[in-house]
Amino acid sequence: MRKTIAVGVTCIAVGALGAALLGSRATAVGTGSGAAGKPLEVLLCDGQTKVQLAADTPRTPEEGRKVADELMAKWRANNPGTDWIDEEQEKHGIVPPADNSDLVGHAAGQVYGRIAPADVVVWQRETLAMVTRGSEVFHSGDQLGSTIGVSCDMCHPNAANTHPETYPKYQVQLGRTALLRDMINWCIEHPVRGPKLADDDPRMRALEAYILAQRKGTPLNYGRR
Amino acid sequence: MARRIDPETRYYAERDELFRALRHLDRRDFFKVAAAAAGAALASGVRFHPTSFSIVRVADAAPAREAFSFAYISDSHLYNRTVNDRFVNSLMRAVDDVNRLDPQPDFVLYGGDLAQLGQPEELELGAQILRSLKAPVRMMVGEHDWFLDLGEKWRSLFGQETYSFDHKGVHFVVLQSVNEKDFWTARRMTPMERMKTVAGLDNAVQSRFEVGEPQREWLERDLQAVSNDTPVIVFSHSPLYHYYEPWNFWTVDAPEVQAILKRFRHVTVIHGHTHQLVTNRIGNIFFHGMLSTAWPWPYAPEGMPALTVQMNRPDPFDPHDGCGDGRVIVHPDGLVDKIYDLWNRNPVQVRSTYLASNGRQDRPPAPNLQSF
Repeated sequence: MRKTIAVGVTCIAVGALGAALLGSRATAVGTGSGAAGKPLEVLLCDGQTKVQLAADTPRTPEEGRKVADELMAKWRANNPGTDWIDEEQEKHGIVPPADNSDLVGHAAGQVYGRIAPADVVVWQRETLAMVTRGSEVFHSGDQLGSTIGVSCDMCHPNAANTHPETYPKYQVQLGRTALLRDMINWCIEHPVRGPKLADDDPRMRALEAYILAQRKGTPLNYGRR
Repeated sequence: MARRIDPETRYYAERDELFRALRHLDRRDFFKVAAAAAGAALASGVRFHPTSFSIVRVADAAPAREAFSFAYISDSHLYNRTVNDRFVNSLMRAVDDVNRLDPQPDFVLYGGDLAQLGQPEELELGAQILRSLKAPVRMMVGEHDWFLDLGEKWRSLFGQETYSFDHKGVHFVVLQSVNEKDFWTARRMTPMERMKTVAGLDNAVQSRFEVGEPQREWLERDLQAVSNDTPVIVFSHSPLYHYYEPWNFWTVDAPEVQAILKRFRHVTVIHGHTHQLVTNRIGNIFFHGMLSTAWPWPYAPEGMPALTVQMNRPDPFDPHDGCGDGRVIVHPDGLVDKIYDLWNRNPVQVRSTYLASNGRQDRPPAPNLQSF
């Protein structure tokens, strides 16, 4: 499973570095020798990514920004796919989860005490990450395990005509009352022609999350044909 | 078969029509009509029959058109046979359907998206299967055929993507309506990444379809010599109107193309891409979609043309439901009946009278299960 945490770390890294470089004590960031003529080395907070600077590089905010950009470009090149949520969002326009910011400052029992802005951010980010992961699987024959290059979006663009709000319902073709995941697995076996997913397979959980998310606001109506 | 009308019947019909028309004319309008008719007759060198009562229709004295039909197959989305045999078998089913038509259609329109990812092997496989059609084939390109090499392989197999031809008094135009503004260079996409982006119907990174200015100019030039009374039938892969933008059920410059077609009495547009029964009318232009042989698309959540009577929501347990091929019957007046030969269901016929009456007559049968 992909993690969202890396993106968070990077943001903090850039923030810290940028602030340090742009501030009056920019030299403090350099880890190399400060002696005249020797190049200066700037290290990103991942402890690995670094850039070399000429010793006489002017210590101005502009130069600081350049260094920060260069460090981030290197980090991105070494860590491909870190913007996967943004990329998937741009491609497939995922419906965002409910906004809970109105709950900030409210008491919420044993777990939270009082709800902080950071709590709301975590809820939002983690929920969206799972739904976005579902969008990736939904749109990829390879990730679905299709043997014939077929993915869900080929019949269900933006999860149209999946009607998750109508489950559970009795499916005479399956001979039992089906949950959404049963119908997903039916599609994976037949039109997609791949092996069934286990109920707790992370891809199945993500697919369910994505399909349900796209129907946000639709009233539940289980049993509807 | 065109109905033959004997001269005497025509004489009385024209006479009745003249007197009927005259009752609705005031003096000024009468002279306008008479002058226009005389002018048109002089310009086209038509000889008046001494007993003819017709003054309005003289310019129509061109040889009477006969009814004819053509068939269509569209949106087969072929992968290589070793990757996916299902779509290959479906196209072969459609070819078999059309070859069994009796009488045979005058030609078969292939409506675009022969390939799924524009691969040379996919296009060659499609060309090979279509070769077994008995009737001649007119090819149109779709975005799945185009965006790997921007048409290079398709052209080498099928020739120019934009062209026109005349058949039994009807002027046919084939457009390449799936051009997109360059979204790939700035993103440093490989040709395959570009192809896969366009291949996703709900992928918003791509641009919207357009005919584009050079082709619109070509169209104006092409139509210059065509009289307003000549029926015009246009083939475009994407709908030549605005239906649903997020899925490119859409051609950005459709209004400009419609403006070029406005002066003609009867224009029909037959389009692919939507994989469903879809019907529209904008003024003088009647639009019909085509079925896919590979899979049906759901109806878009908004923007569906008012005259569309949906096809049934496809049954997922029936692998060919919602797919098929079809036919177009062109009447002597240039209007068409569009037949959707849905596999495993009764065919649906959308008659010219349904569109001509703005939906008041001959409404096609309503589905018993609609899309969600």
